[in-house]
This record gives sequence, C-alpha cells and structure tokens, in this order.
Amino acid sequence: MSEFKANLDIRHRAGHIWRNIFRASTVFGILALIVLLLNIANSAFGYVAIENDINPADLAINSIPIEQLHQVDLVWILEQNVSAGLFRRLESEMPWEERAREEIYDLVVERVVNPQVVHTWPLGGSLFHRAEIQAEVAAKFPGATLEFRSWLTGDFLTTPQSPEADRAGVRTAILGSGWTIAITILFAFPLGVGAAIYLEEYASDNRLNRVIQTNINNLAGVPSIIYGMLGLAIFVRALEPFTSGAIFGAVDDTATASGRTIISAGMTLGLLILPLIIINAQEAIKAVSNSLRQASYGMGATRWQTVWHHVLPNAISGILTGTILAISRAIGETAPLVVVGASTFITFDPEGPFSKFTTLPIQIYQWTARPQAEFRNIAAAAILVLLAMLLSMNAAAVVLRNRYNRKI
Amino acid sequence: MRIERIFADKNKKRKIRVDPLNLCHPRSNHAQSKRELIMTNNNYAIEARGLNIYYDDFLAVRDVNLKIEARKITAIIGPSGCGKSTMLRAFNRMNELVPSAWAKGEVLYHGENIYAPDVDPVEVRRRIGMVFQKPNPFPKSIYENVAWGARINGYRGNMDELVEQSLRGAAIWDEVKDKLDQSGLSLSGGQQQRLCIARTIAIKPDIILMDEPASALDPIATLKIEELMHELSKEFTIIVVTHNMQQAARVSDFTAFFNLGEDRAGVLEEYDKTNKLFTNPAKQTTEDYITGRFG
Amino acid sequence: MTQQIEIPSPSTTTIEAGYNRTNDLRKRRRLGETVIQTLLFLAGGISILTTVGIVYELSKESVHFLSQVSLIEFFTHAKWNPQLGNFGILPLLNATLMTSTTAMLVALPMGLSIAIYLSEYATPKASSILKPILEVLAGIPTVVYGYFALTFMTPLLRSVLGKDVVEIYNTASAGIVIGILIIPMVSSMSEDALSAVPRALREASYGLGATKLETAIKVVLPAAISGIVAAFIVAISRAIGETMIVAIAAGAGPNLTFNPFLPAETMTGHIVRISGGDLSYNSIDYNSIFAIGLFLFFITLSLNIISQRVVRRFREVYE
Repeated sequence: MSEFKANLDIRHRAGHIWRNIFRASTVFGILALIVLLLNIANSAFGYVAIENDINPADLAINSIPIEQLHQVDLVWILEQNVSAGLFRRLESEMPWEERAREEIYDLVVERVVNPQVVHTWPLGGSLFHRAEIQAEVAAKFPGATLEFRSWLTGDFLTTPQSPEADRAGVRTAILGSGWTIAITILFAFPLGVGAAIYLEEYASDNRLNRVIQTNINNLAGVPSIIYGMLGLAIFVRALEPFTSGAIFGAVDDTATASGRTIISAGMTLGLLILPLIIINAQEAIKAVSNSLRQASYGMGATRWQTVWHHVLPNAISGILTGTILAISRAIGETAPLVVVGASTFITFDPEGPFSKFTTLPIQIYQWTARPQAEFRNIAAAAILVLLAMLLSMNAAAVVLRNRYNRKI
Repeated sequence: MRIERIFADKNKKRKIRVDPLNLCHPRSNHAQSKRELIMTNNNYAIEARGLNIYYDDFLAVRDVNLKIEARKITAIIGPSGCGKSTMLRAFNRMNELVPSAWAKGEVLYHGENIYAPDVDPVEVRRRIGMVFQKPNPFPKSIYENVAWGARINGYRGNMDELVEQSLRGAAIWDEVKDKLDQSGLSLSGGQQQRLCIARTIAIKPDIILMDEPASALDPIATLKIEELMHELSKEFTIIVVTHNMQQAARVSDFTAFFNLGEDRAGVLEEYDKTNKLFTNPAKQTTEDYITGRFG
Repeated sequence: MTQQIEIPSPSTTTIEAGYNRTNDLRKRRRLGETVIQTLLFLAGGISILTTVGIVYELSKESVHFLSQVSLIEFFTHAKWNPQLGNFGILPLLNATLMTSTTAMLVALPMGLSIAIYLSEYATPKASSILKPILEVLAGIPTVVYGYFALTFMTPLLRSVLGKDVVEIYNTASAGIVIGILIIPMVSSMSEDALSAVPRALREASYGLGATKLETAIKVVLPAAISGIVAAFIVAISRAIGETMIVAIAAGAGPNLTFNPFLPAETMTGHIVRISGGDLSYNSIDYNSIFAIGLFLFFITLSLNIISQRVVRRFREVYE
C-alpha cells in the first residue's frame, strides 16, 4: 500500500465541498422562485398615501357620511361641486332617476372627492417600517391619508382599462385572453391531435413523414417572436379580409378594418403551440399498449375504428394533460402578440373574434413599461391574476396526469 | 383424472413418444399412404402456397406450402425464433401492422389469394379471427368486449343474445353472467383469455388463429382453454401456435413442424397428422425436436 | 384430484341478416376512412406549411430590405438607425450576444450543478419535490421575468455596484434573469442525460474505490457529455430568442457597447419595439425587422439542428 499516497481525507473533503456547491445551486434555483414571487407580492400590496380634492367627511349632510346618503342627496352634492356643464352632460347621458344609487355614489367619489395616490410603499416596508412611513406621510403629504391597500381587488378584476392606475382594471385583458385562448384551442387542439394520430397510427416510415416529424421537432424550438412575425405577415396582412371579419360583414366600415384582431392573435398562438400539442399527444398515443391495437385489428376493425374506439379513449387523458400544458404556455405568451398588434389601450369588452384585443400579459407588459410606481403596483396585481390562472391550469393537468397514471 | 395425467406429462418433460391422450394410434406404419390421404382431401380452410415472409430484407419464413384442414385443429410447433408466430399472422395479414413486414407468395382462402392487391386486410380479419398470447381484453365492460367487434362489423341482430351465446361458447358465461358491466380487466388471466375467445367467436369467423393462447396461464386455466379449443373445432377451423409439444399432441389433429434453416429463415420441416408426426416422424430433425434434443 | 369441467357446446345459430358474410374479400370503398385519413394527413402537413410560411414571409420581406441595403452593410455597419438610413445589425447582434452570454454564465453552472445534485446526490423523495418546483420556474411567463428583472434585479445591481455604474436599463440584469429562466431547461435536460448513464458504469467506478464526487465528475459526466452539450446548445438558442425580458429590462435603442451595465437593444427587443408601434407595411422599417427575424430564425434553427445531431449520437451509445 505504500505506493499509494494517503489522500482519502483530501478526496473526501473535496467531495464534501462540491456536494455543498451542488446543493447550494439547487437551493439557489428554489430561492429564485421564492424571491420572484415575493417581489411580486411586495408590489401588489402595501401602504398608499391618498390625497382627496375634498375630504369626504366635509361632504356629510347632517353628519350622515356620504356612504349612507340617499340618492337625491348624492345628486345634490354632485350639482354643488362639479361644473354645470359636466352636470348637464352627465344628466343627458342618463337621467338621475334612472341611475342606481351605487353609480351616483361612484360618480361622487370620482368627480368630487377625486382620491389620488400620491405615494406608494411596498409590502415589506409597510409591514416592518410602519412608523417611519407614517412620519414620512405627515411630513411630506400633510393632506393625505395613509391606508393599506391590496391592488388586487374585486374591482380590479371587473373594471376595464383606465389611464389612471388607481382606477384601471384587467377586465378587458382577462376577456381578451379568454377569447384569444378559445380561438387557440379551437385551432390547435384538433389539428395537433390529428397530426399526432397521423404520425403515430397512419404514417408509414417514408421520407415525407420523416420530414414532417423532424420539422415538428424543429418548430418547437423556433423563438416565439418569429411566430409573431408569421402571424403579422399571414393572418394580419395576407388574410386581412378574413381576420378583420370584413368578408363576414362583421365590421361596419371596411376602410378601417384591420387584421389586428382576436382571431389573428388566437391563430398565431395556435401555430406556436401546435408542435407542443403534437409532440405531447404523440407521447400519449405511444403509451397505449400495442396489444390493444392488435386485438382491435384482429377483430376486423379498420384503422379509424381502432383509433377512435381504443387508442384515443386510452390516450385522451395524456393528450389533455399535454394540451393543457401547451395552452398555459400560450396564455403567458407576450412577444408574438405585441408583434401581431395587440391594442395598447382599449376599454370596451371584446365582442367576438373580430374585435381588437389586449391580453393579460400584454397589459402587464404595458404597465411594467410605464415609469410611474402605481403602474408597477397594478402590473404586480395583474401578474398575480395571471399566475393564479396558470396555477389552476397546471393543477388540472396534474389531476389528469394522476388519473392517467392510475389507469395504466 | 385427466388433470393428473397432464401433470404427469409435464413432469416427463419432452420424453413422450406415445401420445398420452391416445389421440394417436400406434398404427403408424402406413405413414406414406396416410399423407397422401391428407393431401388429396379437398376440405381445406386455408392454404399457403410458396409463401415467403420478410422483415425488410430479412427472410423470416421461406417458401411455405401448407394446407389447413377445415374444422380441425392444426398446431404449429418449432424452436423459438423459427417464425411460428409470423407464419400464423400471415393467415390474416396481421403481420402488416409491423411496418417492415411484407410477404411474397399466396395464401388462398376459399380459392382467393388474400394477398391479392385488391383484397382488404380488414375483410380478411373479419373472417379469420385471432387470439393472442397474452390475454388482451379491451379496457371496457365484459359485455362491450364481446359486443364491440360484432357492432363494428355491422351486426344488427339481438346483441344481448349474441353476447350470451358467445360467452357460453367460450365456456365463461356462468362465471361472468352476473357482472357483465364490470371491466374485462377485472377477470383472472384464464377468464380474460376465454373472454378474448368469446369476443372472437362473436364475429363468427371461419378460422380462429391462436398464438400460444395458454402460455401466460396456469395449468388449470390452460386445461380449460384446451378443452374449449376442442369444442370450438366442431364449428371453427383452429390454427394454434404452441411452444409446448404436449399441448400440440393433446389438442391438435394436425401438426406443422417449423425449423430454422441455415440462413435463419424458418422453413416448414414436416406436416402431418399429429399422431403420425409425434409417433413416427418422417424426418430426423423432427424426431430430434420432439424428443427434446434441441429447441 | 378430480375436477369436472363443463364445456357447453358452442352455439350453432344461423347468421342473422345484415351480418355480412359473403366471401368477397375485395376492398370496400370506405369513404369515411379515406376522408379521415386525408384530414389527418393535412393536419400533419400544417407543420410543413408553417415552416414554409416562416421561411417564405421572412425571405420575401428580407429581399425587399436587401434591395435597399446591401448585405455587407447589414452585417458590417456599426450603427442601426433607420431614420438616418443606417442598417448595421452589429449593435443589435452585440446586445443579443451580451445578454445570451450573461444568461449562459448563470444557467450553465447552475443548471449543471442542479442536474448533478438531482441525479447523483438527492434521494428519490427529495428530487420528487425539487423537480416540480423547478418546473414551476420554467412555467412562469417571460413577461413576469421581465417584471422581475426591472423591479428586482436592476435595483439589486444598482444597490450593490452603485447607481452611477448601473443604468436603469441594462443588459446585465436582463441576461441574469434570462439565465434564471433557462436554468430549469438546462437542469432537466442534463439530468435526463446523466440518468441515462448505465448503473453498471457507476458501480465499476465505486468498485475501484472512487468517491461519489469522482464517480459523478470523472465517470458519469463524461459519459453523458453529449446530452449535456445538447442541453447547452438548446439553452443558448432559447436565450437568443428570448424577447420579453430584454424588451422590458435591457433598454430601447440600439447601442454598440460592451459594458453590460449600459442599455442596449437586442434583435428581439428591437423587433418588439418597432412592431409594437404603428407600423406601415412596405416601409423599410417593416422590411428591416423581417430581415432581423430571418437572421434570428437561422441562428436558432441551426443551433437546434446541431443539438439534435448531438443528442442522436448520444442515443446511439446507450440504446
């Protein structure tokens, strides 16, 4: 043994150090996820300093606060505090008697009280430095009140876009995402599953089919922005009469018709996730036992009867799992939709596939790109909405996968 | 009583020259004249003529000429890898499910070559059903397992009746009649295999191909399958591949012995009545194989 | 031991009407089958059309572009300024390389370490918890990472290195976050490669008295190297094509700089910014982003093809 140096200690020590490095990397990955989520929560909640044009307490009539005032009194407050022109215009839009009390109350808050966020603090600071924040407000914003706010509220989900961060919501964006994804599914699911069935059950091993298979694998690696450019060139420009809805008479004025619509966006995302759906569905179909196919063919079933009655029912949960994962990718996609031409500012709900569109990720992008801090806050709130949507989809996929694994 | 005897056979391990079930008679001196008798009989269910089967350019089975008697059980035996299963699957074009497989030569069914270009393999398989080595019921109810094949083949009679008849025919009715809506996979292996036979006879084929139907089963289940085959042969032509020579001797009327040629291609070495082939084979290789000297 | 087995005799009922039993084996004209097969083939063919569409549309606009700007200028001019007629891709390409390099500096060591940890060290239970967490990291939309880069990574860099050194928009922060984004990709592909190394090889190494680390680094890693290389190449391709993070955090405006703390616009970032505005078709701006897109497409496609080649070689060894 003397020919061997006694180096085992050193080797073990090196092993120990490296194991810790490997472990630290893994911890780093998990830490990154936690920090990312905390960072979002940090912006989505926290103190805000609010300044009002008129203190709502001053509007109280006979010391009844405005929250409890009667409709007639609220109208009276409006009449006293807004310009006569605006008052008449509001009345001509809809007479006061026909408006709900809540609506008039909102008008009073918006037009008379007019609360404005003058400063925001992140969640971390709000929790741990409360005293400093209160001192800062007292010093810098004497007229302001401090309140703890969750930027993610019920109103945030149900109000449309607004130029003011305070009043902006994601209603338009959620509906836009919903419509777009619906088109994406309608377009990509049948095509993707069809292609997977073709490649697994029908295609013989010839050159054309090998080219198709290789091509699908390569398409899965093409950057998403390239799909956006394809969508811009094909769906928005070349197929404009179709994607703008002009040939269906869906637009009133063909001159202003544009292909930058929900259907273009949905089909672009459809092309983007098609390779993913195909590859996932192929895996699911491959997992169906060959003895089932043999049994079916052995009984004189045709190819389609075998596929429809035996292969698909046994592959369907795997196919759906893969499709859900692909769709959750599509829900989060931003770049191709910017290229296809998402609208930067729309406040009306999309009415159908030929409407202009915005989606949740687009909204997040636009808000993040704004310099004002409040927009960062609502971007964070919108991210929480987006992540919640993705989380529920992934949960659905996991449930399906478990059902699938149990069955096999 | 029978069971005991069969177990005894198993213990003897390939030593049999005398058929235990007395299917064969020791009058084997007239081998030659008997063979002529077989070959001149015209009651054939299916016939292979100069059949070669390839996987890509590998020749798996070479130049087979084989006439299968109708309503009899024909066993295909031989060492592993000699193309027994490939040969069996050639009778209903199941080989085509392997993309690289192709065949040269003819298989005549009612005088018609099933490999002719205008023949639809689906039509062939409706008439020539198949039972596989591993029981493979569909993951559907027992009832559906039997009814499905009949339904896709356009059966318009009383389905309940057909299901019952088929299950009775496969000697499994009494075991499953109270649980027809349960999954076919809930049955034991032997029951699953009889269910597979039931669904095959539900499409009323002429010929049933069986690819080692009992090899995955225990001895009692095996015996039931063998008894069933015997009953079924009154109505159907059965071709069975088996690696178990005792089984071939017990159940079959005719036996085809396949062997590996020099170039690894399977060849039909000898084909005769089972009792003749097992008691007085014409070729030395056959004798070597059935006495357990190789294989 | 006796057992009576009752075998009822098979039914010999007549064949019912409508149950086709002629001896005609000829092919039926199954119209439905043909139609379905054709439709399925067309579904498969859509993928070919997509590729053809990408190449055709990108090339068509690029040809328009190259009729006005020479290929030499495109690849050698040091400025990209459409207003002044300067169309040199170098600043954009340089920024892309800066962010991708930064990303790979983060993702390669991290991803590989995680892969080694998961495949060689972690207990099955630990990796069954760790892997889904990493998958979550991979499933977060890139726009969220962009937000993370701008609101967390940049302030972090600025507080560490000083506000004079690090600009609000910079390639370093975008690159680091792209790196975090592709860590799960590198780690899961590398781990697949490591796990595919036969057990016998590890046992041989332990049998010679190697430690766990020596086995992992000197035996398993070299055996899995082509799979790992393939993972790296795919990751590079992903980093180059990444768009939203750079669009949000790397800055707007082409800038030829090697300082990672200054703003610079990448190829993808430029495409997004230009196409996000009101763009008139047939303008040179419109054509130019397609030329950039074509270039980007070829880079990523070649990287993907190379990685597939490498993987195929790796499969031949172990399957």
